[in-house]
Amino acid sequence: MRSAILTDIHANREALEAVLADLEGRSIDRLVFLGDLVGYGPDPDWVLGKVETLVARGALAVRGNHDRAISAPDGAMNPAARRVIDWTVNRLNARQKLFLSDLPMSLQDGDVLFVHASANDPQDWLYVTDAHRAMPSFRVSAARLIFVGHVHVPALYSEDRNGRVAGFDIPFGTPIPLISSRRWLGVVGSVGQPRDGTGQASYCILDHASREVTYRRVGYDAALTAKKSRAAGLPERLAQRLMQGV
Amino acid sequence: MGIRAAEGLEIDGFTLGKQVHQGGFATIWDVTHPKHKLPMVMKVPTIMDGYDGPTIVGFEVEQMIMPRLLGTHVPRVIAVGDFARLPYIVTEYIAGGSLLERYKKAPLPIDDVVDMAARMAGAVHELHRQQVIHLDLKPANFLCRASGEMVLVDFGLSRHGQLPDLLAEEFSIPMGTFAYIAPEQFLRERGDLRSDLFALGAMIYEAATGKLPFGAPEKLPAVRRRLWEDPVPPRALRAEIPEWLQEVILHALEVDPSARYQTAAQMRYDLTHPAQIRLTARAHRLAQDGFWVRRSRKAKMGRIKAFAPPPSMARQIERAPVLLVAVDLAPEMEALGDKLRLTIQRMLNNRPDARVACVNVIKTARLGIDATTDASGTNLHVARLVGLRTWAEGIDLPIDRLTYTVLEGSDPAAAIIEHCEAMRVDHIIMGARASNAGRRFLGSVSAKVVAEAGCSVTVVRRREAMEETSLAPADKCAQ
Repeated sequence: MRSAILTDIHANREALEAVLADLEGRSIDRLVFLGDLVGYGPDPDWVLGKVETLVARGALAVRGNHDRAISAPDGAMNPAARRVIDWTVNRLNARQKLFLSDLPMSLQDGDVLFVHASANDPQDWLYVTDAHRAMPSFRVSAARLIFVGHVHVPALYSEDRNGRVAGFDIPFGTPIPLISSRRWLGVVGSVGQPRDGTGQASYCILDHASREVTYRRVGYDAALTAKKSRAAGLPERLAQRLMQGV
Repeated sequence: MGIRAAEGLEIDGFTLGKQVHQGGFATIWDVTHPKHKLPMVMKVPTIMDGYDGPTIVGFEVEQMIMPRLLGTHVPRVIAVGDFARLPYIVTEYIAGGSLLERYKKAPLPIDDVVDMAARMAGAVHELHRQQVIHLDLKPANFLCRASGEMVLVDFGLSRHGQLPDLLAEEFSIPMGTFAYIAPEQFLRERGDLRSDLFALGAMIYEAATGKLPFGAPEKLPAVRRRLWEDPVPPRALRAEIPEWLQEVILHALEVDPSARYQTAAQMRYDLTHPAQIRLTARAHRLAQDGFWVRRSRKAKMGRIKAFAPPPSMARQIERAPVLLVAVDLAPEMEALGDKLRLTIQRMLNNRPDARVACVNVIKTARLGIDATTDASGTNLHVARLVGLRTWAEGIDLPIDRLTYTVLEGSDPAAAIIEHCEAMRVDHIIMGARASNAGRRFLGSVSAKVVAEAGCSVTVVRRREAMEETSLAPADKCAQ
């Protein structure tokens, strides 16, 4: 079986469409959404509609901090993000809000764990930005593979048989074997608000049988999303951020 | 890991037979499997009780890299075993044995050394093309197929350019076999494919002289000395070694990776074209540098922490390609020849380490007497060589990176393609005559080369009766 893992779409219709188009012909059996469907971006209504349809057809989805902020104010959020959450709340109907608040914090699928931010404290929305911060996830979870989003920069960590955790440079576009003598934590890059300097949407394909993960990048029409963001009156900084991928 | 390898053990359908080898880090067993009929061996790491990180990680690296390798220069992987039960790798059995036996008889006859070295360099280049640096080349890690092809084994220290480097932080001391490792490996560099070329140089030195260029050091300070101490020139140990072979060996053993051969293909090219090697001071040396020279070098190199960072593997192979230019010397083709030379020059601007092989084909009759066996044929051969050299005079490239070959064949395209395969050419550049009905019907040489060559091909054409000329690139990658 092959799963496509998408995260941090952030109401970016163009990026999601580009990624879904990229999936065509890649023999994907299932989609997994690691949260933050909304926030930052100008198309929450369309993105939620699309994801709801896909979930109804068998896709998995967990909740991110922006999804949660729709129903419960998040004091840790920066002002720009909070402004967009307030704007988004008024554009979603009751069913969509219920869909977001019903999302689980994490999902375990066999020996694979899917969670938005970290395995050790899903509610605290910690950022797994280095090997040291990846370690607690390995400690609390018995899963062989853990996939998280939230950071918006793709990364890969492993815990070896002696409990040491190390991070690796990831090649894009080639399958990386997640050898079974180690446990692995993949940070999936963001679909809708990339921060790895490329401005391209990012996602992962996990081949469950061969235990290989492929990190992919896909170009999309960021200028159009930025234009919509400005037209909606969302903070200018967010539009610029899309163009620069930072 | 509850299971231990032993004769008679059955695991995942494999039955272990006799132990065929016991090394420091692994044992090798004959195995059979009802579904796999070919002769196979199983490699099982010897993991000490308690902490044995390096052995485990080395075996993990092999398990990651080996199943991804293709071609006849690596053993075909049949199965990989899980660490949870018994870690192993099952591969085809290579009948010919390792070079270790042959090296015990070193010094070997010069012809054997050259032939073996060329095959070793060819195998290493095939590995590099797949983005893998071996980093532990030594006679024991070259096996030989019955057909004579070299097979590389033991990838426990290797680096794959497109996979996570599990070994990056694993070892606190330099890795590899001290007799053969390159100076930059001593400085912990794991990303330079030219490290393998240094090890090849050390192996050819050993085969030719019976001695190791830097001895067999056991302690690190002795390994470090190769940063400033030059080996005894091979010819000082064995006078019958030709100067050109010493040139090849010492070129590969240059301390700074950027002064060495840049790819194994270039090294192989020289080993198979000795007459074309330009001899430098390296070729004529008969003694090590004097005490004071070495001392001043030590003062400088003793402080060095790293060489210039190597380019990525793909870049490295790409920037040091073998270009083949097929030149038509017919008088009416002179203008096209000028254009061809311009194209080459432009390509060289971007690839400073490229080599250019200039080729001309003598078309022989399909049937009948071979044109070159008589006096006029020989003259024609020489005349074409002279013509090639004259044509190439305008190319701005050090003379040792230009070679000239005259091929013969009833089918010029087939002759060019065959030569390219044998020489591991990366890119063919050739001219095409202006299109006409006859050529369209019969098919041109360039069309056939484009269609059938295994590498990229650029076809240069001159636009007739127009001032502006343009390239007609036809690139075809078969990788």
